[in-house]
Amino acid sequence: MATYSTNEFKRGLKVMLDGDPCSIIENEFVKPGKGQAFNRVKIRNLKTGRVIERTYKSGEKLDAADVTDVEMQYLYNDGEAWHFMDPNSFEQVAADEAAVSDAKLWIKEQDVCEVTLWNGVPISVNPPNHAILAVTETDPGVRGDTATGATKPATLETGAVVQVPLFIEIGDLLKVDARSGEYISRAKE
Amino acid sequence: MTDINWSPTAGPEALRQRADMLSRLRAFFRARGVLEVETPLLSHHGTTEPAIESYRTQDGLWLHTSPEFAMKRLLAAGSGAIYQVCKVFRREELGRRHNGEFTLLEWYRPGWGDVELMAEVEALLRELLDDRMQMGEGLRLSYEDAFFRYLDLDPLQAPVKRLARAAAEHGIHIEMSVHEAQRDAWLELLMSQVIEPSLPPHTPVFITRFPASQASLARLDEADSRYAHRFELFFGGMELANGFFELTDPVEQARRFEQERRQRASTGQVDVPADANLLAALSHGLPDCSGVAMGVDRVLMLALGARDIREVIAFPMDRA
Repeated sequence: MATYSTNEFKRGLKVMLDGDPCSIIENEFVKPGKGQAFNRVKIRNLKTGRVIERTYKSGEKLDAADVTDVEMQYLYNDGEAWHFMDPNSFEQVAADEAAVSDAKLWIKEQDVCEVTLWNGVPISVNPPNHAILAVTETDPGVRGDTATGATKPATLETGAVVQVPLFIEIGDLLKVDARSGEYISRAKE
Repeated sequence: MTDINWSPTAGPEALRQRADMLSRLRAFFRARGVLEVETPLLSHHGTTEPAIESYRTQDGLWLHTSPEFAMKRLLAAGSGAIYQVCKVFRREELGRRHNGEFTLLEWYRPGWGDVELMAEVEALLRELLDDRMQMGEGLRLSYEDAFFRYLDLDPLQAPVKRLARAAAEHGIHIEMSVHEAQRDAWLELLMSQVIEPSLPPHTPVFITRFPASQASLARLDEADSRYAHRFELFFGGMELANGFFELTDPVEQARRFEQERRQRASTGQVDVPADANLLAALSHGLPDCSGVAMGVDRVLMLALGARDIREVIAFPMDRA
């Protein structure tokens, strides 16, 4: 198993900690001029998303985590798992609900997502920044009212609920920011 | 693995301020009759200090980690008060406040004790920074008092387990042995991670009377040999300088070198022979003196309000 010494620590490095794959998000080298050197590290657990802090004596080692981010196409949901395919190798993987998490609100079949694999198994899914989704439910549209900034809730085909302007109607295609869950504009497509 | 990136990380203002700082400190020492000297960067001897790793060349020479030994040979030869600004090299030191190659200012005052030298360190700091940042009257705080004040702990008496608990209480999660042999490592962790960030930011603070186990090249306190005549200056959230009322006893110096070599051997570090030239100079006779080393890049960081040492060094290690 590959290991990383503290002097190789840097942002983005994937390591094993307490049995879970983690990503280093901050690494601070601390050393009194004539004393023991330490690395103070902030690490994100890639399964839970939680950020923890650890301190290591410089020179200590952590096991590398076999984690890769792969661009994959979302194929379908079979009711239990979300299936993705690597468009280069045509290899398919199934992601469970914990791995897909909130991404399921923003992805449609054919969308290309960034899937994080740990030992080949998906542990998280990053949707495209912008989603184009149809409105399936909302109050009737109010024509001409574009200036007041008033909004209403609209349910999208994936089940996501976003705040939209009053003129939006059922069947409209919307461009939505998947990171913030905010309405951006109407989409043509 | 090094990406091609030709451009400097320090902007023109940082370069200008560096040049300005160097001329200011040279004027400071000229006015005080301290002689500027140069000593070799490449030496036949390295440092035995366990916490400092040296670069070694193909010819078996060492890049110095500090000009201390050579400057003491000058003092022993009767140089009088001397200073040097030079690059020093330390392996595996890279971070927001560290670069493997950095600029050190080191000076020695024959006939002075550490108390007088601290006053001069503070005067220089004022000369370099007074017009650039708020600076209160300097504060002297003993190592022991600092631990009592900020951690309610006696650094020498508290069980090591108690030190470990204090670290945990301050949000430091680390797996490190709580064996007595690790006392200094725990003290250094608490000093750098708890006490240092708690010190008043606008006051130069001298931590004095370090434990004898961290005496390095300082002589022990005649009245209480549990402590050494070593001080460190903290200001603006950083360690800026380290000084000693220098050890002049060749026998004690040889003993400390051997102890450090044994410590290096026990942890599998490279063996570094003791500097025979320094020991010979001490045998010849080093006048009573105090000496201090100051990190010029860090003082520049304060002058510029820089968060990262890369902002004040034209080409840090990865672009060198």
